[in-house]
Amino acid sequence: MDFGFSQEQELLRQTARSFLEKECPSGFVRRMMDDPAGTTDEFWGKLAELGWLGLIYSEAHGGVGLGLVDLTVVLEEMGRAVMPGPFFSTVLLGGLAVLQAGSDAQQKAWLPRIAAGEARATLALLEESARWDAPGVEVAAKPGKAGGFVLSGTKLFVPDGHTADLLVVAARTARPTKADPSYGVSLFLVPANRKGVAATLLPTMDQTRKLAEVTFRRVEVGPEALLGPLHQGWPVVARVLDRAAVALCAEMCGGAQKVLDLSTEYAKVRVAFGRPIGAYQAIKHRCADMLVAIENAKSITYYAAWAADQDAPDAMLAASMAKAFVSDAYRKVAGDGIQVHGGIGFTWEHDMHLYFKRAKGSEVAFGDATFHRERVARLLEL
Amino acid sequence: MDFRLTPEQETFRAEVRAWLSANLPPDWGARPVVSEVPRAELYEFGRHWQRRLHEAGLLGLTWPKEYGGRGLTWMEELLLHEELVLHRAPPPLNVLGLGMAGPTIIAYGTETQKQRHLQKILTCEEIWCQGYSEPNAGSDLASLQTRAVKDGDHYVVNGQKVWTSLAQISDWMMLLARTDPSVPKHKGLTYFLVDMHSPGITVRPLRQITGDAEFNEVFLENVRVPAENILGMEGQGWQVGITTLMYERLALGFGLQARFEIATGATLELARRMSREGRPAAKDPVLRQRLAQLVIDNAVFKYTAKRAITKLLRGEVPGSEASAGKIWWCDRHQALQDLAQELLGVYGQLGKGSPWAVDRGNWHYTFLRSRANSIEGGTTEIQRNILAERVLGLPKD
Repeated sequence: MDFGFSQEQELLRQTARSFLEKECPSGFVRRMMDDPAGTTDEFWGKLAELGWLGLIYSEAHGGVGLGLVDLTVVLEEMGRAVMPGPFFSTVLLGGLAVLQAGSDAQQKAWLPRIAAGEARATLALLEESARWDAPGVEVAAKPGKAGGFVLSGTKLFVPDGHTADLLVVAARTARPTKADPSYGVSLFLVPANRKGVAATLLPTMDQTRKLAEVTFRRVEVGPEALLGPLHQGWPVVARVLDRAAVALCAEMCGGAQKVLDLSTEYAKVRVAFGRPIGAYQAIKHRCADMLVAIENAKSITYYAAWAADQDAPDAMLAASMAKAFVSDAYRKVAGDGIQVHGGIGFTWEHDMHLYFKRAKGSEVAFGDATFHRERVARLLEL
Repeated sequence: MDFRLTPEQETFRAEVRAWLSANLPPDWGARPVVSEVPRAELYEFGRHWQRRLHEAGLLGLTWPKEYGGRGLTWMEELLLHEELVLHRAPPPLNVLGLGMAGPTIIAYGTETQKQRHLQKILTCEEIWCQGYSEPNAGSDLASLQTRAVKDGDHYVVNGQKVWTSLAQISDWMMLLARTDPSVPKHKGLTYFLVDMHSPGITVRPLRQITGDAEFNEVFLENVRVPAENILGMEGQGWQVGITTLMYERLALGFGLQARFEIATGATLELARRMSREGRPAAKDPVLRQRLAQLVIDNAVFKYTAKRAITKLLRGEVPGSEASAGKIWWCDRHQALQDLAQELLGVYGQLGKGSPWAVDRGNWHYTFLRSRANSIEGGTTEIQRNILAERVLGLPKD
């Protein structure tokens, strides 16, 4: 048993940290908050050069052929830098769906382009009901010409839906059955430039992560657009969501660690009543609790990533445990970070709010702690 | 990152499992084991049990072979503790000797001290207790007042120790006493190995919140301790004592994690059995959230422990992980006991002896006993100071 990262993985972390410190400082993050795209072509090109866009794709698809545990290391560093842009939606939502369920032709068509930085992708799942389960999918895909489909309806909270080249759309092709409430959902690969697709950027709390509304007005696609089996696309969505949730946890751990680093540095230099505030137990105990929460968050996240890579029997359970724990932990740590900083932590100028907002946005993505605790209870047959 | 065991570790685990299945008393599973320190009613059994474990070669796994150990790694130690708990095996009686005195003597002892004590710790021939806390020195341990004054080739010890588990049956004590009151408090302490049968030692049991007398007050009046019984150097007591505490947190931590897992399973089972307004408590949406959180907290504890052990196996020094683990465990174990009481409702009031009591009233005891968790072995507040100062580098207060 060895529950730590390898030397190669630690090296990857160092590379990621120094790259992001140089290329993604707070000034860049703030510029991208105001930029609808959330990234620049130049920055995106560098991510492609580093191999990060194709890190988990096979070499045949222009990738590096590594796993989720390796990606965890990079994601922690991205969370640390509050890296803006469509990396997560492209690699862990749209791209991952193609990787998990795509036919040979579909994978060849999209994965090498994604890895090369030529195409961005996302998953269009949520709708007005904001449900993370199969019954929430109501956007309709009706039979169209020549074995194709016609999509109609509105998707909400689509990560980077306004800049993606490829939308992986979960749509309803049949009614659920009594035996299988998740039956009747199918996935479609819809290029964003297809006639009838319209996306609008939504104003969001966490401006480093863009969400869009995407409407489909009688959008016609051919039979080759179907991703995975007809009517039985939900298990693919579920697999993608579990992996995305674990990946997001890794990002959240990295963000939380940075909050603690900033807070302890500040507590060492900020003086009140004649002593650094970090000398007072009211502050140091809060910092110690943050540390415990973060170490625990990392432990469950790393395990969930390993379990996903191994397709372990408890991979689904581990993903839910991680998302439940880390969602609560990051929100709490980010709030504590503001408290340690006092007034300065509440200003726009200080970076603390970037983490606080990212924590909140991440908490509600792919199901919050309450959602995942109920899922844990069900998986344990309580 | 790899959670699989090596073939050698698999073999070791299989060996432990087979031995436990063949040697555990059949009725053992029904007994509650909530602490690493055995309850008074189990002393005789614990002594016998430890001898069996020793004969099977399952004690002192990480100790050097020349002192009766097996020279294995922390991984085998962890596997042993996991298996002991999964089989609901009782703790060996000499738990403080095995977990604290032995490792500290290995780290600081002279060859004579090692030869004198280690083997007898393993065989349970000599039971150990720990003389640290005093009525006026708890969290601020270094301010302890028990004095040891040099008199020829002896030291004369006067003072009082308190919360001393197992003192009433102990043969030896790990004693921290002040040998030099003129220097700063951390520098004037010396670590002694004290024969509990020496004249001048009085042990008085202390009755606790549970009704048990698990620990004691120990009075030391003109107790003569030979100078060769100093562990380490005179004035080095604080450093030696801290090592002991580090091992205590680490070694006990292995067992704590596995016990938490057992207690979690028992709580889920309780939730399925107890009813609330006519349906199983486990179906109540609010309680389900708390039960799920408990399961998550257990998993988190398990994987944090495995990360800590990985560090140990890679040759890094243990330290803060043990403090982080203890803070987490105390908080979550108390939450577990609170939840169990809530599941029991008014049945939680019933203790041993009532035919109406659930699980023989065991939850009653475990609930009360859990209040000590955040105090014993260093309070949660002290653990937070350790993390903040040693890991985060915040200034001392």
